[in-house]
Amino acid sequence: MMELVFERTNGLTEKPTHYCPGCTHGIIHRLVGEVLEEMDIIEDTVGVASVGCSVLAYDYFNCDMTQAAHGRAPAVATGIKRVLPKDRIVFTYQGDGDLASIGMAEIVHAAARGENITVIFVNNAIYGMTGGQMAPTSLVGQKTATSPFGRDIALQGSPIRVSELLATLDGASYIERVSTHDVASIIKAKKAIRKAFETQKNGLGFSMVEVLSTCPTNWGIDPKESLDWVKEKMIPEYPLGVYKDVKGGK
Amino acid sequence: MGKVLMKGNEVIAEAAVHAGCKYYFGYPITPQSELVAYMAKRLPEVGGLFLQAESEVAAINMVYGAASAGVRVMTSSSSPGVSLKQEGISYLVGAELPAVIINVMRGGPGLGSIQPSQSDYFQATKGGGHGDYQIPVFAPATLQEIVDLMQDAFDIADRYRTPVYILGDGMLGQMMEPVEFTERKAAELPPKDWATTGTRGDGGPKITNSLRLDPDDLEKHNNHLQEKYSKIKENEVRFENYLTEDADYIVVAYGTVSRIAKNAIKKAREKGIKVGMIRPISLWPFPEKPFYETRENVKAYLTVEMSAGQMVEDVRLAVNGYKPVHFYGRTGGMVPSQEDILAEIIKMAGGDQ
Amino acid sequence: MLHEIIIAGFGGQGVMSMGQLLAYSGMHEDKQVSWLPSYGPEQRGGTANCSVIISDEPVGSPVISHPSVAIVLNKPSFDKFEPLVSPGGILIVNSSLVDKKSSRDDITVIEVPASEIANEIGEPKVANSVILGTFLKLTNAVSPDSIIEALKKVLPERRHNLIPANKVALEKGAELINK
Repeated sequence: MMELVFERTNGLTEKPTHYCPGCTHGIIHRLVGEVLEEMDIIEDTVGVASVGCSVLAYDYFNCDMTQAAHGRAPAVATGIKRVLPKDRIVFTYQGDGDLASIGMAEIVHAAARGENITVIFVNNAIYGMTGGQMAPTSLVGQKTATSPFGRDIALQGSPIRVSELLATLDGASYIERVSTHDVASIIKAKKAIRKAFETQKNGLGFSMVEVLSTCPTNWGIDPKESLDWVKEKMIPEYPLGVYKDVKGGK
Repeated sequence: MGKVLMKGNEVIAEAAVHAGCKYYFGYPITPQSELVAYMAKRLPEVGGLFLQAESEVAAINMVYGAASAGVRVMTSSSSPGVSLKQEGISYLVGAELPAVIINVMRGGPGLGSIQPSQSDYFQATKGGGHGDYQIPVFAPATLQEIVDLMQDAFDIADRYRTPVYILGDGMLGQMMEPVEFTERKAAELPPKDWATTGTRGDGGPKITNSLRLDPDDLEKHNNHLQEKYSKIKENEVRFENYLTEDADYIVVAYGTVSRIAKNAIKKAREKGIKVGMIRPISLWPFPEKPFYETRENVKAYLTVEMSAGQMVEDVRLAVNGYKPVHFYGRTGGMVPSQEDILAEIIKMAGGDQ
Repeated sequence: MLHEIIIAGFGGQGVMSMGQLLAYSGMHEDKQVSWLPSYGPEQRGGTANCSVIISDEPVGSPVISHPSVAIVLNKPSFDKFEPLVSPGGILIVNSSLVDKKSSRDDITVIEVPASEIANEIGEPKVANSVILGTFLKLTNAVSPDSIIEALKKVLPERRHNLIPANKVALEKGAELINK
């Protein structure tokens, strides 16, 4: 008899994702799905999909899902969380354009109110769905469709470090930035995601995990180089670590 | 309960509570701030929730979230704020979520004024946001009528899975009149088995969504919406005929303006001009029938609005060239006086008789 | 019976609550009533006014262009509403604050030195009730008893000690017409 070494998680549906080769959205989906399953909260959870590459997340997570307008996922999640019984779990899954650009007001105020929701913030430093435009998180000098000469601070300003920014708010309970560029960091990312959902389950308030992610298609490099790019270019700009952990005294 | 003297904005809020609405998300704006304050105090008393959002944009999206979870929910604002809500309203329509939206209209465009206006008629009845859609719009003329229409609004929202507008103006919001909150039998409504509340005990995952990437699929969805609008047109038209039976002339007005027009009509009748009024209560669906029934016999219509001429277009469509349709409007927060309207009636009737 | 009343004065002079008191009293007597405030920046420091209708018939327009009674508590209100009173109507002027005289001969003009009378009573806060007393005597729009009943509802409990002085003020205001 063969030993079972790998199994799909019940936290995800069987629908194949549409993500490009080398994109780490699939890995992050799986981490969230595994956490939902391991915490036995799939049936208690409502997820909120945003606008961007992960817009179709509602097809992939095996729980009730609501699709939100661009940037508004934290407001939609607020509406859901506030009217449902307290044992329900609500999370948003948002990209950097959605969360850090058009949805900046919604995310800041959800965190400030200490909304007891969990935000999975996928930062790949670019707009993917619309074809590789500059994001608020694009690096200085990064060439994109709308910064063809490289992001220029004088013209386009500096990147926004969302985890650091939200960590200044009293309402935020748990904020960590993780990455997906190698196995060790993926294992760490899962732990952070679990911790964020546990924060919500324990009623402690707003939790967010910022996950550094790849976009080989729009970065114009291959998947392997993309992982290196996260490690070498993004992490220095976006240092990994726990930025807020109210329970852990941080 | 007996009669109580209340401000229009407070009546809207209390009527919503009586209609079973326990959840409110909103943002302050004049002239409807009393509504927000009333809800903040009242909803905790009924075990509900009031939450002040960071913007109108966030408020309507909180409404979207709450509606997707299957509860009766509302928001309110005034003209500039309602413009901000348009994105969320289009999404509510797309995802077929029930909610009630109040617009206590003020003068525009832009920041405009805070005085009463009816210049958001187009926005409310012709779409407002993007996409092919209609929203039922009800325009009460008295505070007592608000009580009934709020209940209707929530029932219609739930029955057809659609947002519903209540359109008032600053005058209606600010004035006081005695009202009575009569208890009414709850309507029989379909269960909200579509609500996304977590799957525990209710089968497989459900999705609240307005995205349909496949054109064929989206066209089917649009056809479904249009069928729904046909049903609403069939069932939910509301209007009042006032002295139209023997009328040679008909004034068309809605909301508070219709009350001013009524005074003018009484004065005109004293002068021997046989004039009546059609008062649309549902602005969409627009009541066409009373025009079909009168357009053969009357000599002309006069539409009076606190706008530069918006509802008059629907009146002209309903009259369809049978008779002249005149227009008198004031804008910017100016309220037409009964003397002005009387003068227009006399002019329409060919001078003093 | 139809009374179309405009009450106007400085913001903070109690114009709005005076109107509400009339509306409450009308409702108390099962009459049809409406109260419509002017609202906005003019409430704060400028001239504020409200329109009150008390009627046997359902109220049509809550907006009044030509009041049957105008109660003016300051000079700008006098200037604005004196010309608008409908012929045969009544203009009640708070002569403690307005020294202008009306030149119209088609309306009844009553001057009430409200502050002086209120001071005589020993309670400056009841000046508006003096004027209401005059108004009620002239129009019989509602009974003074209904005003007292309405006051009990409108005033917070801790202010109920003012009710006897208000009662006296209503009587003093009425007496101006008896003289």
